[in-house]
Amino acid sequence: MSTETLSTPLADEKYHGLTAEQIEQLGTELDALRQRVLADLGEADAAYLRKVVTTQRKMEIAGRALFYLPVVGWLPAVACLSVSKILDNMEIGHNVMHGQYDFLGDPAFNSRMFDWDTVCPGEQWKYSHNYIHHTFTNIVGKDRDVGYGILRMDPDQKWHPYYLGNPLYAFLLMTFFEWGVALHDLEVENIVSGKRKLSDNKPLYPGLIRKIRRQAVKDYVLFPALTGPLFPLTFAGNAVANLVRNVWAFNIIFCGHFPAGVASFSEEETANETRGHWYLRQMLGSANIKGGKLMHLMSGNLSHQIEHHLFPDLPARRYPELAVEVQEICERYGLPYNTGRLHQQLWSVFKKICRYSLPGGDAKVAPVRGPGTVTEDSLAA
Amino acid sequence: MSALISPPVSGGAGPLVGRLLRSRLAAALTTPHGVDRYLERLNPMWAAHEVRARVVSVHRETSGTDSAPVATLTLQPTSTWRGHRAGQHVLVGVELPGSAKRHTRAFSISSAASAPGERFTLTIRAHVEGQVSSYLVREAQPGTLLHLSQAQGEFTLVESPATPTISRLLFITGGSGITPAMSMVRTLLRDGYDGHAGRKVTFLHFARSPEDQIFADELAAIAAADNGVDVHLRYGDQLFSEFELRRLVPDFRDTDTWLCGPAGLVELVKNAYADPASRELSPRLRMEFFKPAVARAAAPGEEVAGEVSFTRSGATAAATGASLLEQAEELGLKPEFGCRMGICFSCTRTKTAGTVRNVLTGEESSLPDEEIRICVTAAAGDCHIDL
Ligand SMILES: Cc1cc2nc3c(=O)[nH]c(=O)nc-3n(C[C@H](O)[C@H](O)[C@H](O)COP(=O)(O)OP(=O)(O)OC[C@H]3O[C@@H](n4cnc5c(N)ncnc54)[C@H](O)[C@@H]3O)c2cc1C
Ligand code: FES
Repeated sequence: MSTETLSTPLADEKYHGLTAEQIEQLGTELDALRQRVLADLGEADAAYLRKVVTTQRKMEIAGRALFYLPVVGWLPAVACLSVSKILDNMEIGHNVMHGQYDFLGDPAFNSRMFDWDTVCPGEQWKYSHNYIHHTFTNIVGKDRDVGYGILRMDPDQKWHPYYLGNPLYAFLLMTFFEWGVALHDLEVENIVSGKRKLSDNKPLYPGLIRKIRRQAVKDYVLFPALTGPLFPLTFAGNAVANLVRNVWAFNIIFCGHFPAGVASFSEEETANETRGHWYLRQMLGSANIKGGKLMHLMSGNLSHQIEHHLFPDLPARRYPELAVEVQEICERYGLPYNTGRLHQQLWSVFKKICRYSLPGGDAKVAPVRGPGTVTEDSLAA
Repeated sequence: MSALISPPVSGGAGPLVGRLLRSRLAAALTTPHGVDRYLERLNPMWAAHEVRARVVSVHRETSGTDSAPVATLTLQPTSTWRGHRAGQHVLVGVELPGSAKRHTRAFSISSAASAPGERFTLTIRAHVEGQVSSYLVREAQPGTLLHLSQAQGEFTLVESPATPTISRLLFITGGSGITPAMSMVRTLLRDGYDGHAGRKVTFLHFARSPEDQIFADELAAIAAADNGVDVHLRYGDQLFSEFELRRLVPDFRDTDTWLCGPAGLVELVKNAYADPASRELSPRLRMEFFKPAVARAAAPGEEVAGEVSFTRSGATAAATGASLLEQAEELGLKPEFGCRMGICFSCTRTKTAGTVRNVLTGEESSLPDEEIRICVTAAAGDCHIDL
């Protein structure tokens, strides 16, 4: 194997000293891993999904029903409805809309037909998330999930006094996360900066308005009305459930993309990317959360953000088993595998949000956690 | 045959409940998933919009020694079934055990026209390597759940049974192609049709052998009864001939004709119905095909040869081994795409027929009506893409 490194020194550093051949080999190994899981998809995956959906539906029905019990019912109702909305968005909606279950041939779980219980129309999200975010992951200037167009999360984003409000914006984004996701596609920041015309958004409005109206009527008019005199309580309960889901989803997603050690990339660095490079960028640009089965379920297995970014269209329930092998591959190639417990990752994200509200910041390369240098021997292991 | 003509069943839920479930209120309360997504979790036979059915009974039609047995399945649909006109077919979705994948195939309805919610039958031949037909014939049990479309298709009986408007009806069928014609004849007879005003029905069917003949007893009874229906059964090498048809129905080209059968039969009959001078096909001839023109796939390692047809735009090109997205773009088409690497599903299209190869996995597939990502799929022989 040649020891020649990539032509651009910056890229070389960012890619942890891997040669072009090694990166290709990495790609081949990951492709093989992917292929192995693909060939094994079947009844167990279908049964799992159906079980989660049944649990979600039961939680939702229980939640809606418990609002009829004044006082004692309210808190359990909110809890059930929150869990239902989290499952709907994370383990079901996010994953189904990635096409993970298209192979079943069941229209109920087809990525083209599915929509989720948030104000963001699935159709719109699939474009900004499945295409833009997953193709251009962490390329500053292309991946609009870096800071969601609101926050400064990376030293490569130019500082502006506006960013002094970083922590406040993050708090607001967390509170109104589903709205943030829905309005994400309007690219308000690009309109402000003149990169996008207001009229470019016109085609998005009808779908957005329809979806928002339906979600609002359901949660804030019909279900409260059906509980009669308990209207205000049910109304408040539904609002709280949406809030809980927002806070949870925001935290999971920020832990997957913004803890310390996650690398970002420039358009030049990624101009002539191969499949191997794409894989490598996905690995270096994501982070996991350690936890138990419940954590994985409630996060839609985005606690395995690294595996999700490598294999976005494989059923998420496979990520834990893939994680074992991905981690082993990382070790062999001397690549970092960014993972930590929820509170560690959250703290790290919090620090970043505060740090980048101020000017500057070093363009840091992700620390190498595996063996310092990659040798032929370590790859052959 | 009385089992085929069952009284309308009231669906599990009364009409009031049905109206409620189909109301705008129910839709608003269950948004974005819809009422059926909740009902199906409780009982798969409850539905507000979708159609499903349970197999009520499985009746073996042929003696069973042959390699391609035929069975008739009686189905109890959900109350959402709107009924069918004789000659229509239904798309049947089946989850095959072991793979959990739902496969969808078309089957003509073999029983007489049905009313909403009413039982009906499908008569299916198990193809040797056919995934769905083999499963339905060999393994379906009373209680097996099927996903259905509403009845569809225009290969139907136009005649109103009470007031026949045309002089004569002619059915020419081969193999499993008998099913839609059988539904039409059963409908006519059930509704009191008799040919005594000179409005005869001629039923000409081709089967491989007498043992292979389905509905044999019923056809014999129909032939023997005084009802104006002539039944002619042909076996083995008794091929269709124009000469013979002219003997049975002298003015066949001006007779309303329904034709359904294997490609060879269809070709012969079409030739007979073409005007000798202009070669124009008689407008009285209606045809239904059970089998789309199946393309030949390149054997593994063999050079890819074949034609890619983008059916919506009418553009075609020789298969080059490049992705279908690239091939479409070379032809000047502008299909939607995103990542161009198989992860975002923006480029998903339906392959209606033919064989394709996934360029990432090398996997080949010839399934009809399959959703494919055209950025990571190449033609591996002739194929038709809905684009
Ligand atoms: C409008 C319409 C109505 C139909 N009505 C009926 C019906 O009433 N009864 C019935 O038995 N079938 C009917 N069919 C055919 C049916 O839809 C299936 O194509 C057939 O049952 C084979 O499906 P499979 O999944 O078992 O085979 P597949 O797994 O799809 O194919 C396996 C192999 O069988 C071959 N094959 C597929 N279909 C046929 C065919 N029709 N003839 C010969 N070889 C084939 C394929 O080339 C392949 O090699 C109808 C089709 C259409 C389009
Ligand atoms: S363009 Fe993204 S899957 Fe084909």
